Order: sequence, then structure tokens, then C-alpha cells
Amino acid sequence: MTPPLPKALRRSPARPGQDDRNGKNGRKNGRKNGRNGGPATTPTPKEQAVEGAASVVGWLDERTGASPFLRGFLYRKVPKGTNWYYTLGSATMFAFLSQAVTGVFLAMYYEPDPTRAYESASRITNEVFLGEFVRGMHKWGSTVMIILIFLHMGRTFVFGAYKYPRELNWVIGVVLIVLTLLMGLTGYLLPFDQRSFWATVVAVNLNSSGPIVGPYLADFLRVGSEFGPTTITRFYSLHMLLVPGLIAALIGAHLYLVAKLGTTAPPWLKAEKKDLLKEEV
Amino acid sequence: MPSWDCRRRGRHDRLPRPPGPEPARALRNHVGTTGRCAEESLAQTVADSPKKFDKQSRYTEGRGIAGAFEGETVTRRRLMEGTALAAGGIATMAFALPGLGFALGPIFEDTNPTVWQDVGATDDFNDETYVPRVMNIDASIGDAGKTTIYVRKFNDGQDKVIEGQDPQPYVVISTRCAHLGCPVRYIQASQKFVCPCHGGVYGFQGEVQGGPPVRPLDRFYTRVRSNRVEVGDRFSLNSELERFSPRDPSNHLDGLWQYIYPSRPTT
Repeated sequence: MTPPLPKALRRSPARPGQDDRNGKNGRKNGRKNGRNGGPATTPTPKEQAVEGAASVVGWLDERTGASPFLRGFLYRKVPKGTNWYYTLGSATMFAFLSQAVTGVFLAMYYEPDPTRAYESASRITNEVFLGEFVRGMHKWGSTVMIILIFLHMGRTFVFGAYKYPRELNWVIGVVLIVLTLLMGLTGYLLPFDQRSFWATVVAVNLNSSGPIVGPYLADFLRVGSEFGPTTITRFYSLHMLLVPGLIAALIGAHLYLVAKLGTTAPPWLKAEKKDLLKEEV
Repeated sequence: MPSWDCRRRGRHDRLPRPPGPEPARALRNHVGTTGRCAEESLAQTVADSPKKFDKQSRYTEGRGIAGAFEGETVTRRRLMEGTALAAGGIATMAFALPGLGFALGPIFEDTNPTVWQDVGATDDFNDETYVPRVMNIDASIGDAGKTTIYVRKFNDGQDKVIEGQDPQPYVVISTRCAHLGCPVRYIQASQKFVCPCHGGVYGFQGEVQGGPPVRPLDRFYTRVRSNRVEVGDRFSLNSELERFSPRDPSNHLDGLWQYIYPSRPTT
């Protein structure tokens, strides 16, 4: 005698509104589940898969309440005239995600030590499988991200999307630009070739030219008055932990405000009075 | 009992919209909550209360808070709020402050001990021209810690003796440009130091003759031990070739500018 199936594995009855298999509309295959007379039939694999996926999504949704949030976040109304320029922000975010993912994998091979950094970086390029590709993605992706973030800022400026009530989002965006540039600065040292070494020396000395706090800032970056053994580990830590963490958090705040305040119409569209009053839900 | 219009309305039990054009949201909300209805609910509260309370009272009892003790000034809820916030704050500070100190600590201490490095015999150098040598700024980081220096003997005829500052037996010029730290090179034919990055030019003493540098090239302390020349710590100079504690490139040592670039603990 076979033991009874656990409850989780048993077939659940059809949901209200679902195409009921033994209802009037579901008789195409002539199958019955046994309740209304006919013998129970096993569902096809496709039906099982659909049922399984739906129940997983339903399980999650019931416990997190994610779907109203996601519906509001992803299906929000956008103004007339929304065009391709509005995708620059998302493009920047995906550039950041690409940097994050490739960076995580580069960190598996890279050694932030002044005597080992150059060797490990060139090993990534020359020996590790797909290393050249991943490192290239990270290197060129950084430039792409800088270009995209400035185009995004330009779009926001030209379209006047920084005005009330979106000033705070502009401020967050400016902080994000500074952090992105800081990523460029700290990442530039990591290959540890002649170019990155001297570029970093000059960049740190540029910092030290600031009055009063400048020299202290340079000491902070160099860990002391001269380029030393922990300069590269400090840059590495800033590059892969501190600054990306701040960027991710601020992207969250940026997106929250975008979803909350909505986007602006392009400046060449005049608001029509009828539209302003239309549909208040 | 508030009037029908002023009862709290949920999202789904909205009253039927009056006929005619709909008022703008802001206007409608204003009428709905802060206008007539607010007054009405306030009047209701006052009418229901058995005695009058003073919102400004020192005592919770006087403020009409339910379950207040006599003579109590801080509610238990308020006390717990404060305690929880303080505990959270202390817990956060307990790791945040040491962490911050850990990261910022190197700013406030000089971790580089003085190391005297042998750069050659006294016979290797003369007082007419510079001889390049390589020394370690930081021995632990391989090639990156090495730097070129230019060494010559102190020239009694040319070199200035600053009152109160003992002259160094050898003049050792650092190749770190005083503009932004690129490595300068000595050109024997013109007796000048030239920086490849932004065109800084220095004379035989390391004094600025052109380009963006803000002060002469740094030098190193020197001494002679058993006929060997040894090089020690770095020092910086102003335009009068007076000695100062080492400064970063781009930090001025002359005029009013010098006061915004003070000496730091690390040097």
C-alpha cells in the first residue's frame, strides 16, 4: 500500500477564475478530476509546470506582499512624450551592475599587494579562462558608465527634470557622479603598472593641494606621507567595498524617488488642462 | 458623532462623486480634512472629555495621558523610546568609532622610522655636478618604493648656509616634483632639473625657474660614516632654501600661502 502523498505535493483545486479543467470551458480534452463523476486523470507535464510555477509565485507573494509593490513600481504611469532619452538612467544602472558582477569575479583572481598586483592582473588577462574578456568588460565598462551617467545628467538638465519636487533626486545624482568618479580614481591604481602608479601619485598630490585638509586627505589615501605597502589595499577596499556600497544604497534612494515622484514630460510638450484633471485614481 | 461626510473614508468605500466637473485633488483634500471636518472632530473631543487638560502641563496626568501616575513627568513609552534609541546609538558607536579611528589613524602618526641608507663612498661625489643614485623610500613594496636621488658634495662657494640650520655635508635632491610629484630628471648640459609632466624647471640648487612648481625640490638629510655617504629623511625648502618639515607636492612654503599648508603629524 502506497503512503498518502504529502499535502504540498497534492494537486490543488483550480483557483477562482482559472480555466477550470472540469468546468464548462475546460472540457476540450475531456478530462475529469474525479469529483464530478469521471475518473481522475494525470495532468500533462506542461500543466504541472505552470501549476508549480504559479504556486511558487503565489507562495512568495502571499508572504511578501511583493506584487502590489512591484505593480506600482514597474507599471507606473509615464507622461506623454516619454522617449529613448529616458532610458539613460536605467542604462547607467545596468552599467553599474555589469561593473559589480565583473568586479566580483575579478576579485577572485586579483591580489592587492604591491609586489603581486601587476602579476595577478596580467595573469587574469593572459592565463585565466575568459579573463581578458571579463577584465576588458570591467575596464571599458567603467568608461561606458561615466559616459552614460553624464548623458543622463545632461538629459535631466536639458529636460528641466531637476526642478521641484525632484531637487533631492538631482542632489543624490550629483553625489552618485562623484562616487562614480571616485570609483574611476581608485580602480585606476589596481593594475599597478607605470601608468596607474604615476597617475595615482599625481591624483593623490592633487588632493593634497587643497588648503588645510588637503594634505590630511592625501595622508588618508596613501596611508601615510609616502606611497606605502597599504596604499593599494586601501584603494582596493575603497574601490570594491565602501564606494560601491554607497553607490548601491544611493541608487536605491534615487529609484525610490523616481518611482514616488514620477518622471517629467519633455519640455516641448505643453500641459493640457484636460490632461491635468484626467483620471485621478 | 461626526457627520456622515466627515467619517473616515477608506480607499474602497469612497462616496459617489458629485455630478459636474471634479475638483482638483489638492482642493478637495483641503476641504475634506483640514477644514470643516477637523473643527468638528476637535469640538467632539472637547465635548467628550470630563475635565480640561493642559497640553503644556509638566505632568503626564495633567496632559491627560491614560494610566499616568501622580507626579510622573515622562511617560513609560517615552522612556522606553529614549532607552532603545540610546542603546542603539551606543551599540553603533561602539563599532563605528573604533572603525573610523582605524581607518583615519595613519593620518595622526609618523610610521616611517628614520633609516640611513648608504648611497656610496665619499669619493664618488663632487661639488660640481650631481650623481644619480637609487634609494628606498619604502623597502617593503619592491620597485614601487624606490626613487632616484641626485647627490653632490656641499659647495662652499655656491651653497647658502642658513642661520640656525646646520648645513648638510652633501646636497641630495629628491626627484619628486614640487608640482604634483612626477619624477624630474637632471640635464647636465643646462644644469637644470626638468619635469616631464607639466614642464616644471628647476635650477642647480633645485630652485624654481619655470613652470607650475610652488617651491624648490625637496632634499634629504645626509651624514658621513666611515667614508660612506648616508641619506636619511626628506625635508622641504622654501624659496630662500630654508629648511621645513616635509610637505606634499603642491604645498606652498612662501608668503601667506604657507599658512594653509601646515606641518602634519605624519612627516
